[in-house]
Amino acid sequence: MQIVQLLLFLILFPLISAIFLLFAGKSFDSSWIVKISALGIGVVSLYLLAAGFDKGLITYACSSGPVDLVMIIIELVIAVYLLYLGIRHRKYSAVILVLVQAALILWFEATYGHKIELSFNLFFDQLSIIMALIIGIIGSLICVYSLGYMETYHQHHPEIADRRRMFFFLLFVFLSAMFGLVFSNNLVWILFFWEITTFCSFVLIGYSQTEEATNNAFLALSMNLLGGVAFAAALIYIATMDPSGRLLELNTLIYSGYVFAIIPAVLICFAGLTKAAQLPFSSWLTGAMVAPTPVSALLHSSTMVKAGVYIILRFAPVLMGTTEGLMIALVGGITFLLTSCMAISQSNAKRVLAYSTIGNLGLIVACAGVGTYNLMWVAILLMIFHAVAKSLLFLCVGTVENRIGSRDIEDMGGLIERMPKLAVMMFIGMAGMFLAPFGMIISKWAAIEAFTAAPFGLVFIVILAFGGSASLFFWCKWMGKILSVMRHQENVETGIRPEKWAVLYILTGLVVIVALIFPLISSALIEPFVMQIYGETTRLAQANITIMLLMLGLLIIMPFSMLFTRKAPRIAPPYMGGMSTEGGMKYTGSMGVSHDLVLSNYYLKNYFGEERLFMAGTLVCWGLILIAFIMIAGVIL
Amino acid sequence: MIPEPYASIINAIIYLLLAPVAGGLIAGIDRKVTARMQGRVGPPLLQPFYDVGKFFEKENLVVTTTQNFYALSYLVFMAVAGALFFSGGDMLLVIFAFTLSHIFLVLGAYAAFSPYSHIGAERELIQIIAYEPMIIITAVGMYMVTKSFYVGSIVQSTTPIILYLPGVFIGYLIVLTIKLRKSPFDLSTSHHAHQEIVKGVTTDFAGPNLGRIEIAHWYEYVFLLGVVYLFFAWNPLIAIAAIIIAYFLEILVDNTTSRVKWQMTLRSAWLVAGTLGVINLGVLYYLRMVVVP
Amino acid sequence: MTYLAKSPWIIHYDASSCNGCDIEVLAALTPVYDVERFGIVNTGNPKHADVFLVTGSVNDKNREILKNTYDQMADPKVVVAIGICAASGGIFRECYNVMGGIDKVIPVDVFVPGCAARPEAIIDGVVKALGILEAKRQAMNDRPAAAAKPAGDSV
Ligand code: SF4
Repeated sequence: MQIVQLLLFLILFPLISAIFLLFAGKSFDSSWIVKISALGIGVVSLYLLAAGFDKGLITYACSSGPVDLVMIIIELVIAVYLLYLGIRHRKYSAVILVLVQAALILWFEATYGHKIELSFNLFFDQLSIIMALIIGIIGSLICVYSLGYMETYHQHHPEIADRRRMFFFLLFVFLSAMFGLVFSNNLVWILFFWEITTFCSFVLIGYSQTEEATNNAFLALSMNLLGGVAFAAALIYIATMDPSGRLLELNTLIYSGYVFAIIPAVLICFAGLTKAAQLPFSSWLTGAMVAPTPVSALLHSSTMVKAGVYIILRFAPVLMGTTEGLMIALVGGITFLLTSCMAISQSNAKRVLAYSTIGNLGLIVACAGVGTYNLMWVAILLMIFHAVAKSLLFLCVGTVENRIGSRDIEDMGGLIERMPKLAVMMFIGMAGMFLAPFGMIISKWAAIEAFTAAPFGLVFIVILAFGGSASLFFWCKWMGKILSVMRHQENVETGIRPEKWAVLYILTGLVVIVALIFPLISSALIEPFVMQIYGETTRLAQANITIMLLMLGLLIIMPFSMLFTRKAPRIAPPYMGGMSTEGGMKYTGSMGVSHDLVLSNYYLKNYFGEERLFMAGTLVCWGLILIAFIMIAGVIL
Repeated sequence: MIPEPYASIINAIIYLLLAPVAGGLIAGIDRKVTARMQGRVGPPLLQPFYDVGKFFEKENLVVTTTQNFYALSYLVFMAVAGALFFSGGDMLLVIFAFTLSHIFLVLGAYAAFSPYSHIGAERELIQIIAYEPMIIITAVGMYMVTKSFYVGSIVQSTTPIILYLPGVFIGYLIVLTIKLRKSPFDLSTSHHAHQEIVKGVTTDFAGPNLGRIEIAHWYEYVFLLGVVYLFFAWNPLIAIAAIIIAYFLEILVDNTTSRVKWQMTLRSAWLVAGTLGVINLGVLYYLRMVVVP
Repeated sequence: MTYLAKSPWIIHYDASSCNGCDIEVLAALTPVYDVERFGIVNTGNPKHADVFLVTGSVNDKNREILKNTYDQMADPKVVVAIGICAASGGIFRECYNVMGGIDKVIPVDVFVPGCAARPEAIIDGVVKALGILEAKRQAMNDRPAAAAKPAGDSV
């Protein structure tokens, strides 16, 4: 089978499944469509890996005439629909942005679009494979998980209209659009898929149709449309400068030289920043958690925000060594530092996860913005590890929420007793996020080493040093909460559907496996990719990899040490100043009244309070973006 | 001559065997000197070994059996971090392993679900985030001077690192106070007779588990002082003198200051890392990149 | 001699003492006597302690605390009752709320008499207790592991 067929399959197959799901009647059990499609997508992504990992960059001719027309029509339909919703909900900023963008696109099509006939619309390289694997495996696992989740969700929230068919339809459209985005070489196509993801996330965030959900959906929409407008402006700029349209091909554009490429690069990276929810646009992603948890998992790990960093990664070679690139990198760096600190002050689990996502994406943006070859390597590694661990964590939180009815970290105390298997999974997911020798810490380590060689790298090293330790704090206190052994707890880990378990097991396995085989991923996919773009590449020293693997092995066998204690230890209640403890969970107060023992974590709101840091970050990041824009304005003039 | 990889393995083994002895002796000297500063005679030099010996004679008393696992992991990963350091490994990897071991201690305290352990755990975490940036800046500073993250190469460098990194060195000494659990920064638990909120992270560890934690501390002492050595590595004699003076200063500070709040700890440690450390590195960066490209 | 006797860590609990004995206990722990010479450390935590110094008598309110603190000490451990109150209730014996000496609640190994007990006597008592501690350790080693009965409640 030709690779191009695989690419088309991955784009179209989810779309077909989506349409099936939309029209599947109530009588037909749609869960099988979801499962089979997910399996198909996963298998084909893996097959793509097998078939294409040793190929370099390949571009494919693919006639674009009719496709372009269809895309324009779909875009206009969506625009009209959004206009309608915007006016109905009186969200005039969104309305204006929709109008501006539609005008830009129409103008583009009218002036240049019909003249331009690109020869290579699709392309494919190792980065596409990595993205495809993330979307194809993690994305489809999340779809399967949603089956069980949404059922419970509607049982718990009878007031919310059951629009599950539309929900699954959008999930698969989302996947399809993501595949389209990572396989498209034609920037016009990329913009189209870009807008589809914006639209899907808009509807999914507003799923519950409460006022809060609608507001947050429109917030997400406006911010992403702002990026979309910048994207469209970039297209017009390219077409004005080069009416032949050859430079609308991504792989030609990034080699077209600084003077030309930097302007579209900055505009498109600005779009990437909005999509990747960097400061000052982070609020749409934190707001997006009103959506059902699988949606958050999807947005955070395999789609949407990953599209943002993906596009910035694509432009990294252009940004390398430029002041504009540095500004974008600084936006990422500051986002990482501030959101890691903000996460300390949060007790809502999904909010903590959201801030951690934004922070890690910030790190990726920082790497891509500086854009040297070894930072590119780090950025891709970060993206992989983050996708795996974050999806697992979101789904775990979702499952816990379904069972205990709360997503507050303070309510997750003693989870190791109440839901032992899930607690261990969460532990592994969190370890994947911040502990040596798992994924993220490997990337952070490599990032520090890579920044030492980069211009102005020192700034980023300092950011990493402080931001990294802040993230350690919020992960570890959450971990501690889960692992604290509150006694006499009931096990409530029942009634979780088997397909949920299957997804959770697979993702947990992936976190460990990815940490084990990352040298392989690096040498098979990342290094050839970096090599092909920069002509040089990097990797971790063999000795260090060995040590990491040994540490991982040690970490895995350590728990077994508990089986080999010579004598059974004597169990005593915890020390509470001699207070008589009844079962360790209660103590008798001075008036003979029995109190429950409640322990709660530190949130250090005075130091890491959300509002203050957010304000500061917004100001600084707007400033940086403004500088970047002024600089490209200088280039134009 | 022993070939390179074997030499580093032998170093690691020597560390694993001797570090507890050296660490215990350091702790013993520490207590003796402290006592003299307070006008007392003080315990025998080998008192720390007696204490740990006693812990292993006692019964294993736990709140939850998982504490055994956490205490053991703390010890094991502390030893691993130190062994990596002494075998000449990558500084950053050493730091991450070091952090990992502390996370286990913190988790052990959380696991007990007791008010005192809990406060200790939170404070220990605050301490970790207080000192970690400075330690990473130290590693990066050494890299900027010697062009290597490997302890093996740093130690062989003939450059007097201290002359390039005076700010970083002072910063490191300040966070060393946190790490050695000495006043004014002994928030989460403190060494020997001091007390703060019962015994912080170690409150609910007893018997052999407490012994393991103590041995881990000894490993930690040797590792931390090994970092001091690196600053002076070009001349071993000066280096050893520097270690002795540095440690004496720590004891002096311990005995002449009173404990501060965690806010102050966090602020001062970050301030030190952010000013002394960063300015030092910035100047170095400027000299290396701009003046002599 | 084993390590246990070289490193007896102390926890001091004031049951309903008049504070006379407490002052004497603390006097014995001051730098003047420098008990750290003998490896003695005053801990605030029963889980770290080997020797339990109790002053004052038992009443309804503190018997639970006394018992709880004792239970949280790891074996082998010894209890030293300091002052006549701890031995029998002393001058408070007839009070409506006093139950008597602490041996009503926990097993006592050494009684140090006096009202208040003098620091020398207290130190002497602790030294006696160390011998008992050592004997208990041997007994603990001889005893088969399984016989160590779990106390407190279990997970
Ligand atoms: S024995 Fe005497 S000094 Fe001691 S507590 Fe009783 S009354 Fe007070």
